[in-house]
This record gives sequence, C-alpha cells and structure tokens, in this order.
Amino acid sequence: MRKVRIGLWVLVGIAAFLFGLFAYQLTQPKDEFVKSAMIGQEIPAFDLPAATASRPALSSADLADGKPKLLNIFASWCVPCAAEAPQLAELERAGATIVGVAIRDREEDVDRFLGAYGNPFARIGRDDISEVQLSLGSSGVPETFVIDGQGRITYQHIGDIRPEQVSMILEELRKAGA
Amino acid sequence: MRRLVALLALILVLPMAAPGLGQDSLPPAPYAYQQLDDPALEAKAQDLMITLRCLKCQSQSIADSDAPMAGDMRHQVRTRIAAGEDPEQVRAWLVSRYGDYVSYKPHLSSSTWPLFAIPVIVVLVAGFAIFRRMRARK
Amino acid sequence: MIAEIGLAALWLAAALAVLQLLGGLLGAGENGHPLAALVRPAAALQAGLCGLSFLCLLYVFAVTDLSVLLVANNSHSMKPLIFKLAGAWGNHEGSMLLWVTVMALAGGAIALIERRLPERTMLATLGAQAFVGLGFYAFLLLSSNPFERLTQAPPEGNGLNPLLQDIGLAFHPPTLYVGYVGLSVAFSFAVGALLTRAVTPEFARVMRPWVLGAWIFLTIGITAGSYWAYYELGWGGWWFWDPVENASLMPWLAATALLHSASVLASRDALRTWTIMLGVVAFSMSMVGTFLVRSGILTSVHAFAVDPERGSFILALLAINIGGALAVFATRASTVSEGERFSPLSREGALVVNNVMLSAILGIVLLGTLYPLLTEAFDVKVSVGPPYFDPVSAIFFYPMLAVLVIGPLLRWRKDSFARVKWPVLIAAALGLAVLVAVALLSDISLLALLGLALSVAVAVSSFMPLRGRSLRRLPIAVWGMCIGHFGLAVALFGMSADSAFQQERLIASNIGDVVDIGPWQARLDAVKPAAGPNWVAMEAEMKVAYQGGEWRDARPQSRHFWTPPQETSEVALITRWNGQLYVAMGNQSQDGRWQLRLWWKPFVTWIWYGGLLIALGGALALVGRVVGDLRRRSAAGKLVERREEQEARA
Repeated sequence: MRKVRIGLWVLVGIAAFLFGLFAYQLTQPKDEFVKSAMIGQEIPAFDLPAATASRPALSSADLADGKPKLLNIFASWCVPCAAEAPQLAELERAGATIVGVAIRDREEDVDRFLGAYGNPFARIGRDDISEVQLSLGSSGVPETFVIDGQGRITYQHIGDIRPEQVSMILEELRKAGA
Repeated sequence: MRRLVALLALILVLPMAAPGLGQDSLPPAPYAYQQLDDPALEAKAQDLMITLRCLKCQSQSIADSDAPMAGDMRHQVRTRIAAGEDPEQVRAWLVSRYGDYVSYKPHLSSSTWPLFAIPVIVVLVAGFAIFRRMRARK
Repeated sequence: MIAEIGLAALWLAAALAVLQLLGGLLGAGENGHPLAALVRPAAALQAGLCGLSFLCLLYVFAVTDLSVLLVANNSHSMKPLIFKLAGAWGNHEGSMLLWVTVMALAGGAIALIERRLPERTMLATLGAQAFVGLGFYAFLLLSSNPFERLTQAPPEGNGLNPLLQDIGLAFHPPTLYVGYVGLSVAFSFAVGALLTRAVTPEFARVMRPWVLGAWIFLTIGITAGSYWAYYELGWGGWWFWDPVENASLMPWLAATALLHSASVLASRDALRTWTIMLGVVAFSMSMVGTFLVRSGILTSVHAFAVDPERGSFILALLAINIGGALAVFATRASTVSEGERFSPLSREGALVVNNVMLSAILGIVLLGTLYPLLTEAFDVKVSVGPPYFDPVSAIFFYPMLAVLVIGPLLRWRKDSFARVKWPVLIAAALGLAVLVAVALLSDISLLALLGLALSVAVAVSSFMPLRGRSLRRLPIAVWGMCIGHFGLAVALFGMSADSAFQQERLIASNIGDVVDIGPWQARLDAVKPAAGPNWVAMEAEMKVAYQGGEWRDARPQSRHFWTPPQETSEVALITRWNGQLYVAMGNQSQDGRWQLRLWWKPFVTWIWYGGLLIALGGALALVGRVVGDLRRRSAAGKLVERREEQEARA
C-alpha cells in the first residue's frame, strides 16, 4: 500500500502545482508582446534608403553621433501609428530627436501619412522587407527604441505611445544620456 | 479594472496592427513565396522554417502564415541559407533578436532544463515500474 | 417566452441535481434511506429538463431572436440555418449549456439503464455526477446565463465569422465536447466505487461501455479537427502540437489508458487502484483542457473569446472536483487491495506497458504544453513545438507499439513466447524488411523511418489474434480490438509517409504554365471571379494529371468575406488512394503572375482513415459489450444467482 500512497502524493503534488500555476497566471495580464533580446546591445549595422524626399536616409552610423535618439518603427498603413502621432510630436517639442523606419511602405504613402499626421522625424529610412525591423528584434508596428549616443539600444517600447507614457519615454531618453 | 480596460483596448487595437485591416500594399519580399533553386537548400530552409514562430500570429510557424512579417522572415531564412549559413546559425541569429520564444525547438539552457530532465525521469520511472512489475510477479 | 422557458428548465434541473446529490449521498451511506428512491427519477428528469433547455436555445438561434443577448452577439439573420444552429454552441454560454446537457443526459442514461452494480454504488455514482454537474449549473446560472435578454433588440446580429462557417467546424466542437463530458461518467463511477468500496471487475465492466462511448467521440473529434485544420487553414498542416490540440489529446490519452486498464480489471481483477486513478485523471484532463481553452492563458492559434473571470470559475470547479476525488481516494485507497497477480509475459503484462507508456506520453504533453506558462511566471518566454514533442513522445510511443505487436496475441495471466513465436516473428520480419528497404532507398528522418516500420509490423500483427478462430463465432469486441489497432497502424503510416515524402512547390504561374509536383503535373488555365452569398473570390481553373494520366479539374479559391472582412483560402484537394494533391491559391504578383502553392502529400489521407478506423474499432467493441450484456441480462435468473454468489464472496 505504500506504493499507492506515494503515487497519490505525487498526484496531489502535481495537481497542487498546476492549480498554483493556473491561479497565478490568471491574475497576470496576458502579455502578448515579444520583447527584443537586443536591449543593452549595439544596434546592428544597416543602411536604409530615404523613405521620403523631405527627409534624409538613415543608417546605423547616424545613430552613433553622440546624441541619444528615439528610433520609431512605423508604417503609413498602420492604424495605431496614426494614433501615436500627437505623442511623437510632443516628444519632438520636448527636445527629443526622433528618427523613423518606415516598414513596407511606398514614398507617396509615407508623404501622405506625414502630411496628415505631422512629421516629427529627423531622418526616415525605408525598410521594404522588414530587414532592419527583424535585426532589431521588433515584432510589429509601431515600436519605439531608445538609442544612446554610442548607438546602443537601451529601451524598447512596444505598441503606440499613449499620452500618459510621454514623460516615461522622456525619462528613458534622459537615462540614455540626453 | 483599469488594467482590464487597457487590456481590452490592446486586444481591440492589436488586430489593426496585424495584416488584413492595416494591410500594406508592397509586394512580398522576393523569397517570401519563392523557393530556392537548389532543392537541398530549400529542404534545409523548409525544415528550419516550420520550427520558427511567426511573431505576428498566435501560434503558427512562419512556414504556415500569410502574415507579411512571416514572409519577410522566410525571405531572411532563405537568403541566409542560400548564402551558405547553417540552419542552426540562422536559428541562433533569430534567437539573439527575439529570445527563445521565436524558436519552437527549445535548446538546453538554465530556463529550459526541466523540459529535458523530466522526460529522463519519466523514462526511469516508467522503466522501473515495468521492471518491478515484471520481477515481482515471477 | 421560449428563452424564459429554457432558463426556468435550467433552474429546475439544477434543483433536481441538488436532490440527486443529497439522495445519492444519503442513500449510499444508509441502506433504504427514503430519499434514495428519488435519485434515479431525479437524474432522468434532470436530463429531460436540460434537453428541453438546450432545445430552447437552438430554437432562439434558429429563429434569430435578437432580443436574446447571446443571439445578437453570435448570430446573423443571413446565416444558413445549419450555421445558425451551430452558433448556439459556438460561444462560451452555449457551449457550457451543451456541457451540462451532455452531463445530464449521460447521468439520466445511467440512472435508467444501469442496474448491474450494487444499488449503493449506483447511488454514490449518481450523487457524484450531480456534484460535478452542480458546479457547472452554478457557473451557467450565476455568471454565464445563455438566455439573457436585451432591453432593446438590435436590428441585426453581429456574428458571421466566415472561418467558423464550415460544416466541419460546426460539428467538431460538440463532438469533442461529448467526449470531454462523457468522461465525467468515468469520474463519477470511480468516485462511486471508491465511496462504497466496491472496486470490482463488475464495476469495470459497467464503466467500460460509457468510457468507450466518450472515447469514440473524442477520437472522431480529434480526427475531424485535424482534417479541418488541414484543409481550412490553407497550409496543409494536420497537427502542430498547438495548446488547444494538446488539450484535446490529453483526455484521449488518459481515456485510452483507462480503457485498457479497465479491461484488465474486468477480465482479471487486477490494477484496481490504477484504474480508479485513471478514471479521475481522464476527467481532470477534460477539465484542464476546458480551462486552458476558455481562460486564454495560453497562446494558441484558436482564438476563443476569453475572460479571466470564467477561467477562475472553471479553475475553482477543477480544484473542488479533483481535490474532492483525491481526498476520497486518499481515505479509501488503502481499503482497495491490489488484486490478482500475473506473469510479465501475459496479456496483463502487455497492457501494463501500454498504460505506463500512455501515461508517460500524457505527462510529456502536459509538460510541454504548460511549460511556456511556467517560464512566463518568471518573465521568460519560450516556445515548445513539434521539434520537442515529436521525438520525446516517440520515445514512449514507439516502444508501446513494439509491445502492441505481441500483446493482443498473449493469453491472460501467463503465456509462453513459444506459443506466439511465429506470428510475432512474421510481423517483426515484415517491419524490419520495410525498415531496411526504406533506409536503403531513401534518406528520411529516423522518426519517420521507425514509424513506417512499426506501422507495418502493427498492421500485420493486428489481425493475428483472429488466426485459428472461427470468424463467425468470434465476439464482436475482438473485431473491435483488431480494427482499432489496425487503425492506429494506418494513421501512423500516413503520418510518417507524409512527413517523410511530402513535396512542396511554391510558384508564380502565368496562365498556361505547367508545373511538376512529385508525380503530378498541374496547369493553370484561367483565373476567374466567383461569388457566394457573403463572399467574392478569385478562382483558379486548373487541370492536374497524375503520372501523365487524364487531366482532372482543380479549383482553388482565394475568398474575401465581408461581414466581418476576412480572407480565406479554399484549397483544392485531389485525392487518390495513395495520397492527396493539395493546391492553394495566393495573390497576384506585380508582374501579373499568380501565386500557387502545391503539395503532394503521399498517404496523408491515411491519417484520418486511421482515426476513423480507431473509432470504428471502439464502436464495434461497444456494440460487442452491449450485446454481450443484453444476452447475459436475458438469462435473468443466472444473473441474480451470480450476484448472490458475488455478494456471498464479498
């Protein structure tokens, strides 16, 4: 009978463990975001063509000029990107340098988007096959990376920036040396 | 409650970022829907792609998805394999970008060792159970 | 009005469940308790009321009564009738009502039919069934009322998801559900037998047909779900070890183990505690599966409407039921003796291997499915997929199949290898021949290679138990066993062949282009628009020919639905006995060419034929058992005599 009892305790242990795990996970908000594993690392080398005639092109060298920057990944076809445009404008007014990477986009669409929602970008690179996005470990649009003066990624914000998050982004930028 | 509202808002917004509604108009990357000319390399790429997670989808491999980002990932995999990289190198490259989540093939690490230790224990317990049963009844 | 009747019936059914629980427990504790006589009628009436309630729900969906919240949210007047009806269970509230209805019907059926066990055991069983049922009544009535009214009916409903408008999907969930919920009967029988200390071969014989019934539904449900994913998603995958797929596989594994251990208990009075434990585990897995699917704590391709509150409720029910069962188990297990002994080389010995291996696979699937959830608690995200599940489950699955080659040939209690030497050697030799031939001729993965060899060996040996026996007088249940095992071999052959020899072509095709895919040639003749009631499509008119034979039509479509907007791929499947050509259509590229995806999938259909054969084997076994029982019952005098004899022995 000892064998039965051991088996029973194993079963009780497994069941209790599962309940604990399930109960804990139920109280946690479901986090669908996939974080980049590149935070704290040097930004990978890239050299993108300009996405629009109104702004210069973007390469990784531009991001290591001693000044921290925000790297915003966006697209004209992405709805939340339009929603975060006022917040980007606010960040720019607060003195942040913002560079953009337009994902899978055409020049005329980018121009239309910037015309409608404003253009806070200093430079905009054009990434037609999501190559830079993949190498940054970004899994969607919009996403915003904080890059320090040496071209190191210090922070990743996933999804659109809400009005209440602007000060937090500025704080991250400050920590990166601004 | 606020958390719940934020969560709901996210759930409502996320699909818009996904393809379908917020559809881009660019053609897919060259090797998203095109196979490599060398069947051996293509087979290598295919075997790798079915074990990589599409990050824009809920639970699909990049080989099973029409999401543009999955197509771009397929393009990366195929071009890198064609350039002579080893499939495991390509996997490691993606893991260095997205963490273990991107690969359906867990590798032995400090966070995954139970996945490998427990089956070994189960083999031992199963073997022991059968062995004892066999001996005790003789 | 109809909705209110449905709700009232549900409340009445819940009240009867309270009566059934009280009567069952009191009657089980004390012989001749006055409430005991009410238990069976209460169970039967409860089944009737639940059935009525479910019919009411079907009715409000059939007439699209938009003043009912559930209908307004999940239906649409433009849907075809069959999908309106399917909409009744295609949502959380409706599926929970289906759950309690199936439970009540099963309870009612037991109450009306089952008279072989001691009455006290039956009362305890029905009490346990009512206890589990009450939890779900509470869930339904307190937090998920399916009949809730709207003060103002909207002009139109908003549920018309095109992906869900598929006949396969309409019947896949309820089939699985019947299986899930049917296992509650095994749970109740196990608890009832434990409570009254009556774990006997008779108990196993009584429980077995019910478990078989649930298991048949699970088998069909899983098979159908796999085929649905295969043709509907447009990528030709039939199993991805997705959490929701695993949630349906786990109860199946437990139920399969339970069936086999129950046959040991029924025939040889051994493995008593083990069988009881499996009865509890099988239903627990059903509930864990429901929890995982409904709570949404796992990332899965199946997007269910999820709600943490519902998850908490199901989790609480899970804790109460499993905790309760384990507590009963702890207090009673020591009173159940281990039963008869047997030699390792015997039918029991082989079945023990089967049970250990199935349990191990169950453990692995559970581990791999939940592991990402565990690491997430530490903020680490990992994925566990086919590259893990395939080899690790094969470690246990393949040895089990090797034992399956010999197991069914062995006699109960004790046997000698010499007696079964020839049939086993023939099967093993054929398997080995396939292994060597395939290994020499092609370069396929070890898993697929072993799978092919083992499937041949098992297929050959599965009919060996028939040799030397009069086929006419053979019990139907033995046919069931042979066909079930043969079906397993067929399915494994299909899986191995498809994963080893599948060929894929992705091309951008001009009109008139001919492409080769495996032994097939395919030609794109034209691309034309097509339209349906709620979609428009581009349809490719293609001709395909196998090895230069006659040209056959293939018409894959790329469909655009509008309410809600969604694109789906309608694939063209050209089936031969030895496989399927799978053609899916993509978009038009910039230069005007059309994207086509073609797969040649050798023997892929055998996976589902195998699944159906397994279910057929189960159905034959069920018929065999029931017919056998009826025959025994007709000899009523004998039965009474037997029972008296048994009681005298106990």
